[in-house]
Amino acid sequence: MTPRTRLFTAGGLLAAALLTPACRPPGSRAAASAATSPAAKTYVAPGEKDQYYLFYSGGHSGQVYVAGLPSMRHIATIPVFARYPATGYGYDEESRQMLGEFTWGDMHHPGLSQTDGRYDGRWLFVNDNANNRVARIDLRDFKTKQILGPIPNSSGTHGSSFVTENSEYVLVATRFSVPLPKGRYADPQRYEAEFNGMVSGLAVDPKNGTLSVGWQILTPPFNWDLGSTGKGPSSGWAFWTSYNSEMAATNLEANATRLDRDYAAIVNWRAAEQAIKDGKGTITGGVPMIDPGKVPGVMYFLPVPKSPHGIDTDPSGRWIVASGKLQPVASVFDFEKIRQAIDRKEFTGNVRGIPVLSYESLLEGDVPVGLGPLHTQYDGKGNAYTSLFVESAVAKWRLPPWSPEERKDLNKVVLDKIPVHYNIGHLVIGGSDTKEPYGQYLVAMNKLSKGRHISVGPAQPESSELIDITGSKMGMLAEAFTEPEPHFAQILKADRITPIEVYPKGENHDPNAVWSADQTSITRTGNKVVVKMMAIRSKFVPDTIEVRQGDEITIHLTNVEQTTDMLHGLGIVEHDMNVVVDPGETKTVRFKANKPGVYPFYCTNFCSALHQEMQGYLAVKP
Amino acid sequence: MQAILRAIDAFLERPLSAASRGLVLLGMVALIGGGLLPLWRIQLVAPQYEEGLTLVMYSHAIAAGHGGQDLNEINTLNHYIGMKPIVQSDFAEMTWMPFAIGIFALLALRAAAVGRIRHLVDLGVLFLYFGMFSLATFAYRLWSYGHHLDPHAPMRIAPFTPILVGQQQIANFVQSSLPLAGTACMGAFLMTVLTAIWLSRSEAS
Repeated sequence: MTPRTRLFTAGGLLAAALLTPACRPPGSRAAASAATSPAAKTYVAPGEKDQYYLFYSGGHSGQVYVAGLPSMRHIATIPVFARYPATGYGYDEESRQMLGEFTWGDMHHPGLSQTDGRYDGRWLFVNDNANNRVARIDLRDFKTKQILGPIPNSSGTHGSSFVTENSEYVLVATRFSVPLPKGRYADPQRYEAEFNGMVSGLAVDPKNGTLSVGWQILTPPFNWDLGSTGKGPSSGWAFWTSYNSEMAATNLEANATRLDRDYAAIVNWRAAEQAIKDGKGTITGGVPMIDPGKVPGVMYFLPVPKSPHGIDTDPSGRWIVASGKLQPVASVFDFEKIRQAIDRKEFTGNVRGIPVLSYESLLEGDVPVGLGPLHTQYDGKGNAYTSLFVESAVAKWRLPPWSPEERKDLNKVVLDKIPVHYNIGHLVIGGSDTKEPYGQYLVAMNKLSKGRHISVGPAQPESSELIDITGSKMGMLAEAFTEPEPHFAQILKADRITPIEVYPKGENHDPNAVWSADQTSITRTGNKVVVKMMAIRSKFVPDTIEVRQGDEITIHLTNVEQTTDMLHGLGIVEHDMNVVVDPGETKTVRFKANKPGVYPFYCTNFCSALHQEMQGYLAVKP
Repeated sequence: MQAILRAIDAFLERPLSAASRGLVLLGMVALIGGGLLPLWRIQLVAPQYEEGLTLVMYSHAIAAGHGGQDLNEINTLNHYIGMKPIVQSDFAEMTWMPFAIGIFALLALRAAAVGRIRHLVDLGVLFLYFGMFSLATFAYRLWSYGHHLDPHAPMRIAPFTPILVGQQQIANFVQSSLPLAGTACMGAFLMTVLTAIWLSRSEAS
């Protein structure tokens, strides 16, 4: 070929390449690929609804963020551990009492209630790592109903909220160890001798979900990290990883990473429950506590690669996967073998009387998933997905059983890897912690967004990425940004629950509720003024409250509406008070009229055409 | 034997042609350029560092990307694997290299002014030694950073040698290392010296 003909040929090819797309008739492959494009897969048209709820923990915002999948749209914020004027949470008496003395919480791992190892759509449990609390959100109305804590003998409830198969317990383990009982001083230099950690079983009332401390298990001062509950063969058991088996009290970055192994706790929670029934506990800090060194059969230690993070039970309940954060493997253990070793008492030693199992003989395999493995989720089709923090990726790999060849080189069971942006922490597949994962979407919760959004200054949001896991290769679908800081999430099928949209009048048993103007009242007893007020489009009744300086004022405000989305708010000028009442709801606010003068109050939550007119006066005589 | 030595002697005593002298002067300019321009670039790219962390080595200084911040970032990351912080004051060559380059420039000037071939041979041999020595110390430093890892570091990794020319994967980073314009200038200087000798090989004494 002469140079000239070569040039002509190249020109011809270029022309063909330029012309071909233009020649494609409408409705051909281009249109088909648009329908299967990531945009189409995540597009929820106006008026259409998402398929799934995504309940993000809000980290140190203390709240739960509710998003829809596949759109990734933020739909609502459920305030839990911090005030939230948007819904008036933390201003009325009930929520103020729940929050207690704390203005914030550090929410980590949300857990949905389960029946028979499946989400039952009743409650969402969340923990507060900072103030040692666990809260319950009722999914009937998406409201926080209880905050339990600070839990006695516990510091840092990081290792929760792990719900047992039938919501018997929400299990909690402590990230921090402190001298017990809490409030006792001991020199941190005497960490090993004086400090202790704790595993707690919070009993869940099966009727109304009320949480109470059922039992506690005293542990050495390891830092309990993450856990999961068993099912199937591991039913009745629970697992936690720990770091700092070195029991260092300072510079943990270096001092808690010296040893090649840390311990996972294998806890027989049914045995713990029984031990308490049998009177083997001692009441400590007001709750029954077991010393597992003295009560055998409750707790075992399993060495795992050092400084592990997640330990996740697969949907069958047989495979337990611990990720070695600093080692590039996911360690798979067979619970049936663990069970056998426990039954045959095959221990390599003990720590403070707690038997230690053999890592080597119980390890099914170390799967070379990649750098910085943290957490593992399952699709229910035999695949596992591990988040890789250092590598900024998700690895898909196959659970055992493995062929002899695969065992020789476990690289062969690593099936796919997808980059995420950046430094992924948790990941979630709907139902991964149940017997029946949904197996459709995976949400990667990335710790750093590093400017992938239009700039909002130095305080950057976190990034979440939606990944399609229905094919043999993972597919990146969409990206969304959240406020700090999702640590884990739960995904629930939207049709699993039917939340109410108004509080039915017949269910309002508040003795101070008023439903018509003639029931409203202002009553004075000494220097206490009680107002029974109603809110309706577009007025408060009464709309003038006359008091004297120094009076204690209690307002019981009922929103008498029974129409969806007809919310009213009551904001009182210069009184740091804002309460929002949903249709059919009664809330109580209490405050002192400290300042003389006349203070307008008004509806804060836009309600109707005459919303601006919905106002009144608090008149305070000196 | 005697004849060969005498021939070498005579060759070394040959004066430099005008062209050779001009070339050496040109080489001297390149050499000074080598002293001022960046010599080498080391870059680390990872998913979360798409734009890369960059170190640029000069004969007299280390410059880091993002207004110098990349050096801090690299040192912060390296502490996880127990690598010694990279600080300019540890690079003794960055004080003697500019001095040595000045000496070579003066020697080149002398060769151009009063030069005979032996001046260029001295210059070439010494400069080659200087070049090899500098490269070797640079390679040794890279090796040393990757092989003296604190055993108490949070992450223990096998000792490694950052690559000198080319690229390689180190954990989640792709490390690449390439000579830059300054090194090319240094090479050009050596080439001008050699070419000047070649051009004056038959110059009558």
